[in-house]
Amino acid sequence: MRTLPLALACITLAPMAEAQMPVLNVLTYDSFTSEWGPGPAVEVAFEAVCACDLVFSAVGDGAELLARLQLEGPNSEASVVLGLDTGLTAQAAATGLFAPHGQAGGNDLPVPFADPLFLPYDWGWFAFVYDKAKLPTPPKSFEDLAGSDVKIVIQDPRSSTPGLGLLLWVKAAYGDRAPEIWAALADNIITVTPGWSEAYGMFMAGEADMVLSYTTSPAYHVIAEGDDSKAAAPFAEGHYMQVEVAGKLTHAPQPALADQFLAFMGSEAFQAIIPTTNWMYPAHTPAAGLPDGFDQLITPATSLLMTADEAQSARRPALDEWLTALSR
Amino acid sequence: MADRALTLSAAGLAAAIFLLLLAPLGALGLSFQGFTLSAAELSALRFTLLQAGLSALISVVLAVPVARALARRRFFGRGVLISTLGAPFILPVIVAVLGLLAVFGRAGWVNGVLAQFGLPVIPIYGLQGVVLAHVFFNMPLAVRMVLHGWEAIPAERFRLAAGLGFTPADISRHIERPMLRAVLPGTALVIFVICLTSFAVALTLGGGPRATTVELAIYQALRFEFDLPSAARLALLQFALCALAYALATRISLPASFGAGQGRAGGPPAPKGWRGPFDAAAITLAAVFIALPLLAVALAGLPGLFSLPSLVWSAAARSLCVALASTAISMVAALVLALAAARGRGWPALAATLPLAASSLVLGTGLFILLQPYIRPASLALPVTVAINAALSLPFAFRILAPEARSLYADYHRLSASLGLTAWGRARWVVLPRLARPLGFAAGLVAALSMGDLGVIALFAGEAEATLPLLVQRLMGAYRIEAAASAALLLVMLSFALFWAFDQWGRRYAAT
Repeated sequence: MRTLPLALACITLAPMAEAQMPVLNVLTYDSFTSEWGPGPAVEVAFEAVCACDLVFSAVGDGAELLARLQLEGPNSEASVVLGLDTGLTAQAAATGLFAPHGQAGGNDLPVPFADPLFLPYDWGWFAFVYDKAKLPTPPKSFEDLAGSDVKIVIQDPRSSTPGLGLLLWVKAAYGDRAPEIWAALADNIITVTPGWSEAYGMFMAGEADMVLSYTTSPAYHVIAEGDDSKAAAPFAEGHYMQVEVAGKLTHAPQPALADQFLAFMGSEAFQAIIPTTNWMYPAHTPAAGLPDGFDQLITPATSLLMTADEAQSARRPALDEWLTALSR
Repeated sequence: MADRALTLSAAGLAAAIFLLLLAPLGALGLSFQGFTLSAAELSALRFTLLQAGLSALISVVLAVPVARALARRRFFGRGVLISTLGAPFILPVIVAVLGLLAVFGRAGWVNGVLAQFGLPVIPIYGLQGVVLAHVFFNMPLAVRMVLHGWEAIPAERFRLAAGLGFTPADISRHIERPMLRAVLPGTALVIFVICLTSFAVALTLGGGPRATTVELAIYQALRFEFDLPSAARLALLQFALCALAYALATRISLPASFGAGQGRAGGPPAPKGWRGPFDAAAITLAAVFIALPLLAVALAGLPGLFSLPSLVWSAAARSLCVALASTAISMVAALVLALAAARGRGWPALAATLPLAASSLVLGTGLFILLQPYIRPASLALPVTVAINAALSLPFAFRILAPEARSLYADYHRLSASLGLTAWGRARWVVLPRLARPLGFAAGLVAALSMGDLGVIALFAGEAEATLPLLVQRLMGAYRIEAAASAALLLVMLSFALFWAFDQWGRRYAAT
C-alpha cells in the first residue's frame, strides 16, 4: 500500500492541539494574521503578559469580517473582533453583538474620534499612489485628475473596503456634485478590481499611472525595498480616512481576557508593531516616534471622515450614483 | 447484477450532489416570495449571458481547427504541446489576469510592438478583454476535449474511408462532423457554465461596473448587504441557467455511432495541399496565444522562486494533499456517473453538470451555517475544501469521460454481457483500458483544479491551515507582489506536474 504513508503524511500536517491554557480567540482579517502582518508579533507580545493562548481566526477583509460575525451570531468562539472600519461600524453596532469596550483614554488621530463600542488601533488616509519617474506632475485634485488623461485603477465598492472608502471620499468632498465628478472620472478609470491586491498588482505591473491605496503605501517601498520611486498625490479636497477598530463581543467566552487585550491594543508594545507590518499609522504614536521612511510621506492638510451613521446612510445612494455614472 | 449496483450507486451519488448543492440554499433562507430581479440584477444577468455565450462560442469555434490539426499531424513537441494545453485552465485567476495583461495590457508586449510602428493602442478593457481571457482559459480545454473525440474514432473508419477513396471533404462530412456533433455541444456547455460564474476576470478586464456578473451580485449580497435570501435567489438563478443550457446542449448533441473498432492507434490521415500550411498556422497561432501569457507568468515568478519563505512549502504540501484527496473522490464519482449516463439516462449527466453553476461562495456560506452549530469551522477547513473541490471539479471529469463511456457501452456492452464478465472483470479488462486516456486527462485536470481552488478554504481556514492559493493571496495583500508571483509560479508548476503525471499515465496506459 503505497498510499498509506502518503495519507499518514497528510494527516500529520493537520494542526496539533495546544496546551491547556485559557484561549482568547480574536476574529480578524487575513492580512492582519499573515506572516507579514502584525499578527505573529502581537501574539508573542500579548502571550508574554496574559498567561493565555491568543488565537487569531482570519477571514478575507473587513466586510467579510462583519458578514462572518453575523453568520456566527452569539455562537462565535471569538471574544474580540479586530479590523472593522468606520464605513462598517454602524452596521456592526446594529447587530447588537458588541459590548461597550470601557477603555478610557484618547488617541492620536488627526480628527476627534470616540465610540463607546469600537476602539481604534490604526488609521490611514486614502490616496492615489503613483511612480514619480513615470508621472512627474501628478493631478492635485479629483477635478484636476478628471481633466487629465492620467489612467487610474480603483477597487469596486461592492466588494472591497478601499473601494467603499473612495466612494465616501468623493461624497464627503463633493456632496451633491459627486455624480458629476464620477462622470468626469469615468474616462480616467481603466478598470475596477474586486479587491486591493489586484489593483495594486496592476499598478506595479505598469498598467495604470495611479492606484487607489493609502498615503502610507510608499513607506512600504522605502522601508522594505529601499525604493523611493513611489509617492502619494496630495489632493486639495482633503483625504478621506480609514479608521480601523476593534470591539468586544457581548457573548465573549473570555470577557476578562478581551478587556486585557483591548487595553494591550492601546499600549506601546502593540502600537509599535503596526507601522511596518500593517503599513498604517498607529492610533497612539509610539514614544520613539514613527519609523524612518514615514517622514517622507505626505501629510494631508484636510482630513475627511464621516461618522459611522453618516457613512451608513450615504453608502446606498452613493453606490447608485457610482453605478449610474460608470455604467454609461 | 453489476448493472443494478451501478445504477444504485449513481443514484446515491446524484442525490448526494443535489443535497450538497441545494441544502446551502435552504440554509441561506431561500424563499420564492417576491422572486423578482432588480434592474441592476437584470443588467448583470444580461452581461453574464452575453459574455458566457460569446466565450463558449469563440472557444469552441477556434478549438476545432486546432484539434483537427493536432489529430492529423505528427511533429516534434506535439506531446508537450498537448500537455501544455491544460496549463491555462489551471492558473489561479489573479495570476492569469496579470499574465494576460503583461501581453495584451496597456503596457503589454503587443501594444509595445504596435507602438514601435506608431500604431494606436488596442484597448483590452471591456467585453473583448473578458472574452479574450475566457478564451485563453477555455479554448485549450476545448481543444483537448475535441481532440479526444478525434482520437476515439476507430482507426478502421479512416482506413475504410481511404479504401473508398474519400477526399478530406468526404472524411469531414461522414466521419468528423458526426463526431463533432456529439462532442461540441457538451464542450460548449461546460465552457458556458464556467463563464457563467466568472467574477474576478469579468470585473477586472471588463473595465468597470458595466461588466457586473451575477456572481458579483451574489458577492455583494453576501458581503456588504448581508442579504442571505437574496444571495440564495441569485445562486438558484445560476442553477436554472445551467439546467437550461444543459437541456439545450442535450437537444443539439447527437451521439455518434461508428460501431466498434479494434482499438488500434492511428489518427485521421494527413491531407496534403493547402491543408498543410493551414494546420501549421492553426497550431502555431494557438501555441503562441497560450504560451505568451504563460511565459509572462514564468518571467514574473522566476527571480524570487528560490527565496520563498519556508511556510510556502508546508502550504504547498497541504495543497497537494487536498488535491489528491479531491481527485480520488471526484474520479470515482465521475466514473460511476459516466457509466450510468452511458446507459441512456439523463439524470446522472445533470447531476454531474450542475456543480459547475454553483457559486462557491454560496456553497461555502451555506455549509458554514449548517455545520457551525455542531463543529468548529476551522477544524473542518481541509475536509470541507476536499469535498467542495471534488464536487466542483466533478463536471469536468464527467464531461471528459461521458462521450467515451457512451461509445464503450454501445460497442462492448453486449460482448461483455455475453462473456459473462463480472463487474470487476469489466472494470479491469474493458473499462480501464478503453477509458485510460480520458481518465488520465480528467484526473490530471481535477487534481490541478483542486490545487488552485480558493473559493471555500478562505471561509473556513484558521491560522494554521493556509493552502498555497491562500498564501498567494496573503502575499499580495501584504505588498509582496514579487513573492506572490513566485509562490503563484510554484503553484502553477505543482499543478502542472500533477496534471502531467496523471495525463501521461493515461496516454501511456492507453497506448499499451
